[in-house]
Amino acid sequence: MNLLDIRNLTIELIHDEQNILAVDKVSLSMKEGEVRGLVGESGSGKSLLAQALVGVLDDKWHVHADRFHWRGIDLLRLSIEERKVLLSRDIAMIFQEPMACLDPTTAIEDQLTEAIDDSQLTGFFWQKKQQRKSAAIKLLHKVGIKNHVACLTSYPHQLTEALCQRVMIAIALARRPILLIADEPTAAMENTNQGQIFRLLASLNQLKNMSILLISHDLENITHWTNTITVMYSGQFVEAGTTDQIFNKPLHPYTRALVDSSPSANLHLPAKSRLMTLPGSIPILQHLPIGCRLGPRCPRAQQACVKAPSVTSYHGHKVSCHFPLKPLSPPLKKSIKGAC
Amino acid sequence: MSELLEVKDLSKSYRHKNYWWNKKIDTILAPISFSVEAHQTLAIIGETGSGKSTLAKLLVGAEPASSGSIYLNGQVLKSDSYKQRCQHIRMIFQDSGTTLNPSLTILQLLDEPLKLNTSFNESKRKELIRATLQKVGLLGDHMNFYPHMFSGGQKQRISLARAIILQPQVIILDEALASLDPSLRSQMINLLLDLQQQMGLAYILISHNLGIIRHFSDNILVLSQGEVVESGKTRDVMSKPQHKVTQKLLMNQSFQLKPKRK
Repeated sequence: MNLLDIRNLTIELIHDEQNILAVDKVSLSMKEGEVRGLVGESGSGKSLLAQALVGVLDDKWHVHADRFHWRGIDLLRLSIEERKVLLSRDIAMIFQEPMACLDPTTAIEDQLTEAIDDSQLTGFFWQKKQQRKSAAIKLLHKVGIKNHVACLTSYPHQLTEALCQRVMIAIALARRPILLIADEPTAAMENTNQGQIFRLLASLNQLKNMSILLISHDLENITHWTNTITVMYSGQFVEAGTTDQIFNKPLHPYTRALVDSSPSANLHLPAKSRLMTLPGSIPILQHLPIGCRLGPRCPRAQQACVKAPSVTSYHGHKVSCHFPLKPLSPPLKKSIKGAC
Repeated sequence: MSELLEVKDLSKSYRHKNYWWNKKIDTILAPISFSVEAHQTLAIIGETGSGKSTLAKLLVGAEPASSGSIYLNGQVLKSDSYKQRCQHIRMIFQDSGTTLNPSLTILQLLDEPLKLNTSFNESKRKELIRATLQKVGLLGDHMNFYPHMFSGGQKQRISLARAIILQPQVIILDEALASLDPSLRSQMINLLLDLQQQMGLAYILISHNLGIIRHFSDNILVLSQGEVVESGKTRDVMSKPQHKVTQKLLMNQSFQLKPKRK
């Protein structure tokens, strides 16, 4: 059974005259123990999707879905209280800019012990405080912070960014979630720290069998760590498949452009040659193109693209395009060589 | 070929004010020498606190150097000669959204450096602004817009327009590409490369992304704790890193370059 099964999720922003479809019919499914990457540029609705998943969107946003199942339970039918109980037990989320997300006026110890719930503690009430503290220390060890004494007594501004992110992960792990949503966990972080955080997440995935939904705007950063990837563009579903499929045999022109535009993925390109790009920029929410939203920028766009394409599946490699790149066509490398 | 920008023994250190008798000195940047030619890109990499941004600030004149000198076309750049310096060395910052004054139109934003540094009359300035905007891939009519009307990629283009409007010789890119989305980033790289060819610009690129550095730069400088630990041609350094710090930096990104094979 799928851990998470979302079918045709639509998130609407209620606006004066016209409602804006910020996320338009996106499907996402996750199996237990899977690391799934969710990739999209800014404004593609990936963070909205995560927020809808944990149910923190306010009244301005309307969330509909054909199916919104968490381990077989339809979340949209539950009342807010029931949903909160379920989600706070099973799902945890970490955010980008960890320093900004931690409370600057409280020491790490208080923030961490706050997240540990009573059901994990045994013993009498006078023992609880001590247990809480030892649980917090254990959590810090789990995320790779060895010097727990200094860390617990310090405030967020006294720690480095990577340490703050580790503390965030520790807080998220406090309730032993089944799914961890990492919303750009390494944005604005250095390479060395990025590697540390990703390695930590990967080890948690391996040891605890924790599923991870890894959200990122950069395809090249996360490909090493994910099993499967879902690509979104401007609120629409683009492509989903295994990392290998997405990276080496993309079917959608947008994914192709993403892979081609990254200099690290195209080592065969001579230095200082031009990179492949899509013309234009990402459309803003107020002026979304009809049909396939990539349409105006797409090199393969034709008349049919004014209607939103449906999702087709080639051996589990799902793509939403009227004119996908041929599944078994020779790779584009040849034409690049010719162009140089 | 003569060097466009030459830096000799440039260093930066701060003195603690508190200690009267044994003065404490923090050295942020040990004496450093390098040179950049026209049409070339020098990449600077290093961890946080390795002095990359300090170096950029010294070059652009935002802070006075403790020792050493900077030569531009063989002439010494004095630390107080802002007029000379800001014409020839320009800088683009990381976050384009916050470096543009939100209360000025693009025309006013781009007009400022021209007013202060040139003696053009108004129509000439406007003409130049229009031409510069077109050069960076925007429309001339965009000059009446305010910064909030543009998307992130376009704002970065405006920063670039502001940098090249005085026909500089050196542009410093301090993480200027980091905050952009991938497809916009490659557009920006293409644009920067085109401008380099057309105008013979020299870039000093400070970045974390080794993929971009490999693609973009000719020479590389690896800083660690304020000291140069390795320098040379980008290709040589990337393929055969000698120093531990470089190896570590490369290793941390090597697994990001390719997806894992099953």
